[in-house]
Amino acid sequence: MAVEVRRTAEGLQLELTGQWGVRQFGAIDGELAAVELTSARRIEVDAQQLASLDLSGAWALHEFVRRAHAAGAEVRFKGAPPDQLRLLDEILEEAGKGVEAPPPLRVAAAPHGRFMQLLIELGKSAVRMGGNSRKGLAFVGKTSMTASAGLAHPRHLRLTSIARHVYDTGITALPIVALIAFLISVIIAYMSATQLRGLGADIYVVDLVTIGVLRELGVLLTSIIVAGRSGSAFAAELGSMKLNQEVDALVATGVEPFEVLVVPRLVGLTLALPLLTVVADLVGITGGALLCRYLLDMPFNQYIGRVNDAIAPTTFWVGVIKAPVFALLIAGAGCYHGLQVRASARELGRLVTVAVVQAIFLVILADALFAVLFMKMDI
Amino acid sequence: MYPVVEVRGLVNRFGTQVVHDGLDMEVHADEVFGIVGGSGTGKSVLLRSILGLQRPQAGIIRIDGQDITQMDQEQLRSVKSHYGVSFQSGALYSGLTVRQNVQLPMLEYLKLSERALDDLAMLKLRLVGLTPAAAGKYPAELSGGMVKRVALARALALDPKLLFLDEPTSGLDPVSAAAFDDLVLYLQKQLKLTIIMITHDLDSIFRTCNRVGVIVDRRMISDTLERIVDDPHPWIQEYFHGERARARLRAGHGT
Repeated sequence: MAVEVRRTAEGLQLELTGQWGVRQFGAIDGELAAVELTSARRIEVDAQQLASLDLSGAWALHEFVRRAHAAGAEVRFKGAPPDQLRLLDEILEEAGKGVEAPPPLRVAAAPHGRFMQLLIELGKSAVRMGGNSRKGLAFVGKTSMTASAGLAHPRHLRLTSIARHVYDTGITALPIVALIAFLISVIIAYMSATQLRGLGADIYVVDLVTIGVLRELGVLLTSIIVAGRSGSAFAAELGSMKLNQEVDALVATGVEPFEVLVVPRLVGLTLALPLLTVVADLVGITGGALLCRYLLDMPFNQYIGRVNDAIAPTTFWVGVIKAPVFALLIAGAGCYHGLQVRASARELGRLVTVAVVQAIFLVILADALFAVLFMKMDI
Repeated sequence: MYPVVEVRGLVNRFGTQVVHDGLDMEVHADEVFGIVGGSGTGKSVLLRSILGLQRPQAGIIRIDGQDITQMDQEQLRSVKSHYGVSFQSGALYSGLTVRQNVQLPMLEYLKLSERALDDLAMLKLRLVGLTPAAAGKYPAELSGGMVKRVALARALALDPKLLFLDEPTSGLDPVSAAAFDDLVLYLQKQLKLTIIMITHDLDSIFRTCNRVGVIVDRRMISDTLERIVDDPHPWIQEYFHGERARARLRAGHGT
């Protein structure tokens, strides 16, 4: 019990006891709220028995006194009122001084009809999308300007930085890319073997694995892994540099952030991804060979002979040529969203997510466009 | 009456680098204790040790008479709810508004109604001289001085008796710094706080501290402000009587 209430002829007598601190605030607030104020003309508060009273406790008392006054009761303290209460008055008065009244809450706009509301939302999101695509376009433009300036004056191509990004995005990704390529080719070979064996067409397993891996799966899976690894890393690196004002520091030093941050990442990944794709192709075909050898009892030289028959001269290049394009999309999405980060850690997380999702989406979209293109070109 | 914070024989080592070697420190109730030292002398390491953010290699750290180096997580959590900390750069949570930043310790330790949370957060913001208009802002929208004030309000969220301030006036202009010092002094007097602050700011030390501990030679020399300035140690002499300090003293006597 923090408050003992006694009714007298004229009103109430309150005796405050125990600890009145922020830890007891919930209980105290509840007890004070339960005190019946109607028909009480005079309230006498005895705070002399309090073991302790901190600022939060004093606030509870302050609010009670205010409520009592509002109910038309007169509040008197037995002895001097506690110091904390005076401090509170001082703070509130100080805070009220020289401060204009808080702006009135904005009057809610007149409610629109449902159709109008829909139209308004549509318009807003159209404007937002327009703004976003303009920003995206500006990013592409600035990046290509910086990159072409770098090609004209190789001094502006940060070679050390590019090498670092080739290492970070390419070499360190080798194990996981090789493992995934191996597993995927084994899965395709195994699935097609069970289907084709019934038709006596075992040998076409080789065609399926080879063409599937070289044309599509090698480059696509590698790109998706790289989007997850490096696209997110780019966005997170640039985003935290933004938060830390490192990007501002670069600009203030007269260093173009696109030159030292964006272009090296783009170039580095554009070099690394085709190389990773070649490795994925090799490992994929090897995986197919192993599965054919042990599941279908197909000797290695027969497998290799069939691979040579199955592929056209263009098959390998059709896959690899896509890699630099995918690399630009992944690195572009990562860097662009990284540079959009402002203000908060939560935004960093959101934009890293957007960067990865968008990178994967763009890669698959571009792959579909390539498929149509190659079909029209008959290769 | 035992000291509020007591450090005995503190040893902190990183690899072969010894930061503290038998450091002693004592802070009593109602004191404003300044921790001073050159860059790299381990002021922050000392603070981190006292806050339980890192375990020292040896030594005893008592807060309110309890040795925190021997505590498990649960006990340490209870001790932590009894002091407030304001970090050097504010360390406000960037995803939360000013009001939510102040409410976070309350939400963590107390069960309060929505209205009580709002009332108490507003009270703490007013206490440090912020207007209600600031409550809805995000840390990125605040000026340097406001960040420091919000950090102070958050440190005071649970009405602690002990307050740690890490470089409270760094990055503020002299006028704002003086205003902040006055605020700290006012709160110390009104709320009867014990304050431990790390600072470089000579003005700040002379205005607010009544005792000062200087970290030199991996130990601490501490004394009242009046006596520490006469300590013969060369670094202390240079610090309190060097060119910058003399300029300050001249300016002080001029007025």
